[in-house]
Amino acid sequence: MRYSGFRVIAEALTGHKGWKPVWRDPAPQPEYDYIIIGGGGHGLATAYYLAKEFGQARIAVLEKGYLGGGNVGRNTTIIRSNYLLDGNEPFYEFSLKLWEGLEQDFNYNAMVSQRGIINLIHTDAQRDAFTRRGNAMRLHGADAELLSREQVRQMYPWLNFDNARFPIKGALMQRRGGTVRHDAVAWGYARGADLRGVDLIQNCEVTGMRIENGRIKGVETTRGFIGAKKVGVAVAGSSSKVMAYAGMRLPIESHVLQAFVSEGLKPLIDGVMTFGAGHFYVSQSDKGGLVFGGDIDGYNSYAQRGNLPVIEDVAEGGMALMPAIGRVRLLRTWGGIMDMSMDGSPFIDKTPVEGLYFNGGWCYGGFKATPASGWCFAHLMARDEPHKTATAYRLDRFLKGRMIDEKGQGAQPNLH
Amino acid sequence: MIIHHPILGPRDAQEFVYLGDAALMNRPDGMTAGIEEFHDWLYNRDNPAGEHQELWYHEQGDRSWLVVTRNTVTHEITKVELARDVARSKGRSK
Repeated sequence: MRYSGFRVIAEALTGHKGWKPVWRDPAPQPEYDYIIIGGGGHGLATAYYLAKEFGQARIAVLEKGYLGGGNVGRNTTIIRSNYLLDGNEPFYEFSLKLWEGLEQDFNYNAMVSQRGIINLIHTDAQRDAFTRRGNAMRLHGADAELLSREQVRQMYPWLNFDNARFPIKGALMQRRGGTVRHDAVAWGYARGADLRGVDLIQNCEVTGMRIENGRIKGVETTRGFIGAKKVGVAVAGSSSKVMAYAGMRLPIESHVLQAFVSEGLKPLIDGVMTFGAGHFYVSQSDKGGLVFGGDIDGYNSYAQRGNLPVIEDVAEGGMALMPAIGRVRLLRTWGGIMDMSMDGSPFIDKTPVEGLYFNGGWCYGGFKATPASGWCFAHLMARDEPHKTATAYRLDRFLKGRMIDEKGQGAQPNLH
Repeated sequence: MIIHHPILGPRDAQEFVYLGDAALMNRPDGMTAGIEEFHDWLYNRDNPAGEHQELWYHEQGDRSWLVVTRNTVTHEITKVELARDVARSKGRSK
């Protein structure tokens, strides 16, 4: 069923009796050409692009729980391409371009809203660093603007511009950045993949991999063995658990990142704002809630919930920047599990096992990468060579000395 | 999380800095190990879901290094030792 404005009106006039389930619920086949482990944003996007852009068939997505029930449903929905390094910026700009055409491409309303993102500047050194980053972005075809203190004040006059420790001196702005309705991204990709014949198999946990003579033969699941010529793993958060089935140890630690939403307010922030120095970033949802977050808790965790010290830290950051929110009540807090890699950058690569491919290590930047991650992973799986924007995301880059360390923190995952 | 420091008693985890897997204590011998062994020690992790031994540094306390046994699924802490004692129990001089 194709969605359109006409269709909505026609259904409204006939009591909404014509809507059908958006995707099938198939039983697993004995064998596929491609199995994608993980029915989140990246896994569903991979299956969608494998079918649509790379003309492949006999594809299944295996999901332990329900589609979109992991990090694609737990993030703070921001899209941007404001990276510095050559290994990253072309990839994220590719992703942002895909976001810009996504809804037409998969015929689903994902509420892509390019409302602009600003990164606040507090010192001369930070302005130099952001100027450099903005220039790097523009060299790769992205947009970037340096805003003065007065320009920021025009946008958000109620910010605390004269905080004693971090006075606001300006901002780096990317107008094409913004927010997206995160669940709709998973649903749109799922529907698009299903329409092209991909089997989306839920409640199907992978419990092992069958590897013979260094080649993948299929996966053991809670619904029996399923054979496959190629298997792609896109389970960020649980990458170490799944790749251990293939005997691999990864340069990844799992950490919990918390997020927050306040009660609904009248329009206050029309874009996205990051206050990196204060470990705080915020946007406002279309329902009016302030959606915000800060740093990861900082210790290994698979718990999908964090602890109170980080909640306090984030609330303090918010109060330092926006004293006006002092009496706003918090509606919900939650946590998601991040693949924190050793240099803060992701992996899209082959593995030593022939036919087994790995996608993970997204740290807390996985959502914005969803379209390009799916496209590049599909490219790698279909053609056995990396997409031109994802050549740096190698698993062996630490051994070769080719880290992509945006923050220059070294092998300390909780500092990226 | 409350960490029961072997010397100082129950302390809030906020007083500590987290380093990571306690396997980082077992650095290969720089005179004999090859680059692959060093790479494996520095960059790769078991990253288990469940019981995990990890290094915490009591920065806002007595500046001791602790080996904390903690469950990464429940955050429950079941054992806290001085890293010094753990190293000595493995035959190290300090």
